[in-house]
Amino acid sequence: MWKAIKTLAGAALLGLASPALAAGGVEIPKQEWSFQGPFGTYDRAAMQRGLQVYKEVCAGCHSVGLLHYRNLADLGYTADQIRAFAAENEVEDGPNGEGEMFMRPARASDRFVKPFPNDNAARAGNNGALPPDLSLMAEARVGGSNYLYALLVGYTDPPAGSEVMDGMSYNKYFPGHQIGMPPPLSDEGVEYADGTKATVEQQAIDITTFLTWASEPNMEERKAMGLKVMLFLLVFTGLLIAVKRKIWANGH
Amino acid sequence: MSSAPQWKNPVIRWVDDRLPIFTYMDHEYQQFPMPRNLNYFWNFGALASIVLVVMVVTGIMLAMQYTPHVDHAFDSVERIMRDVNYGWLLRYIHMNGGSMFFIVVYIHMFRGLYYGSYKAPRELLWMLGVVILLLMMATAFMGYVLPWGQMSYWGATVITNLFSAIPIVGDWIVTLLWGGFSVDNPTLNRFFSLHYLMPFILIAVVGLHVVALHVSKSNNPDGIEMKGPQDSVPFHPYFTAKDSVGVGVFLLFFAFFVFYAPNFFGEPDNYIEANPLQTPPHIVPEWYFLPFYAILRSVTIDFFFIPAKLMGVLLMFGSILILFILPWLDTAKVRSARYRPIFKYIFWIFLFDCIVLGWVGAKPAEGHYLIIGQIATAYYFVHFLLVLPILGKVETPLPLPASIAEPVTGGGGGPGATAAKMEKS
Repeated sequence: MWKAIKTLAGAALLGLASPALAAGGVEIPKQEWSFQGPFGTYDRAAMQRGLQVYKEVCAGCHSVGLLHYRNLADLGYTADQIRAFAAENEVEDGPNGEGEMFMRPARASDRFVKPFPNDNAARAGNNGALPPDLSLMAEARVGGSNYLYALLVGYTDPPAGSEVMDGMSYNKYFPGHQIGMPPPLSDEGVEYADGTKATVEQQAIDITTFLTWASEPNMEERKAMGLKVMLFLLVFTGLLIAVKRKIWANGH
Repeated sequence: MSSAPQWKNPVIRWVDDRLPIFTYMDHEYQQFPMPRNLNYFWNFGALASIVLVVMVVTGIMLAMQYTPHVDHAFDSVERIMRDVNYGWLLRYIHMNGGSMFFIVVYIHMFRGLYYGSYKAPRELLWMLGVVILLLMMATAFMGYVLPWGQMSYWGATVITNLFSAIPIVGDWIVTLLWGGFSVDNPTLNRFFSLHYLMPFILIAVVGLHVVALHVSKSNNPDGIEMKGPQDSVPFHPYFTAKDSVGVGVFLLFFAFFVFYAPNFFGEPDNYIEANPLQTPPHIVPEWYFLPFYAILRSVTIDFFFIPAKLMGVLLMFGSILILFILPWLDTAKVRSARYRPIFKYIFWIFLFDCIVLGWVGAKPAEGHYLIIGQIATAYYFVHFLLVLPILGKVETPLPLPASIAEPVTGGGGGPGATAAKMEKS
């Protein structure tokens, strides 16, 4: 019966080893990420730069509706910095004592303000295409973070013979290759506060790190707890094996 | 060994005289005779019951935070992931626990197939197990709908639509399942209600499964009955200790996925909120349904008066229902594959066939995938309806050992000694 386990494990490993393919059948190249592996953590500086890219480039069209401003504490910001960052945006509140809705600066407890009031407004402002919410992007696409990076650096001229419709762009890694989003990143498109040179690749790494954190803000806690759980279970299982052997020693 | 215990503690004695729970526990979980030659494949029943408890506990906790409404379900799950204390842990345990449950139960079932555990006098034990499998499948299917992601929605749409293939009452059943004319809020509400209810029915059937087990006792790798005290050891401490080892190893496996690959068994599409206006490019069920999904999609032509769609549905349900009559389809008197030289290979061919079906189920139903799926589906039924009945008549089994104790203790030569060697391999 041990063969069964080997067969199934082999099948599972094959599934693990096969590289992630975009819908077009293009292999998505793997990048080195600060957050990969059992001990990986999010690179704080990259996340802060990523937030800047989100704010200056993506936020014009894309929401991150599942994030609250208070979550930015994970990026290493102080409560005052978060309050100031949130207050740059206005949210509707109310009704007040007179029954009127009113606008006020956003607070740390508010969700990130969305660029459009609803999906129809978003479509109307984007040539009919709906810019998806980015809160779960790193988990909602095959290939995850590697796919996001590949997509952001994957804009090329269309190969000879392929037509790109008006208002669309050619992207090597996008399913179907025609994407409604024009190339979002350009060299020196943002000026990083920490002086890092803002190449397209650098911005793509930073925004991907930020969005991966946005998808799973508890990843670091999960891995840290996992280490303790696994170590405990290893020792505990070792003891159980010893107990079992002792008991069965006179069982035969 | 089986004499009634004398309780010294007066409180325990008082209770036990009126409600003999202590005597019952002593009899069924302390003195209870277990074949002494069981291998680690006999851990998986205990593991399944542990997963069931884990699923019920985490499920009740999640239900305290979850909102079964199409406008809020997706966000409430993400709120559990982000803002509820250890919510991510509860949800990842529950989500991966579903896969763990099926891994454990499938191994448990294939162990039963290999060692002939379904044969007399354990037919009802086996049939109750098939009922448990059906309840698990219904529960898992409805649970997968609750996060209200794209795969939740479209999986629910595809699977509930299957019932429309039933003649005359099909459309009526589908409307009843949906609570309307498409998968919508009433569907989500009733699925949540049933997803909460079914595990408790499952627990009741597991109770019957255990009662039946304690009447017929465990089968064993030699597939021969215990003939006396020399063949058995008491459940405690021998199998409490041995099952604990299995639990430790299993929890390591479980924890690895929860903490280091929590989305390994999932589909990225389910992190996109359900959108009735946008069909995902590939609708695939969870991995544990893939072999049945392959059988469903293998029928492409009408069978006389039965339309292809209905035939696919019949075969899919038939592939599970056929397990109910397996004890009578397998005509061999010898239980264990150890002493069935041909069946031993047939078993592995059948397991391979099931894996092929699972692989095909994950692929689009076209081209050579479709043909492989059709061959594998045909073989699945040939195995049960032709191979097993005929093999039992024509196969010459190896001589069985005189008793369980003989091969285990190594006493006596011949077939017993062979079996002892095989157990170590």
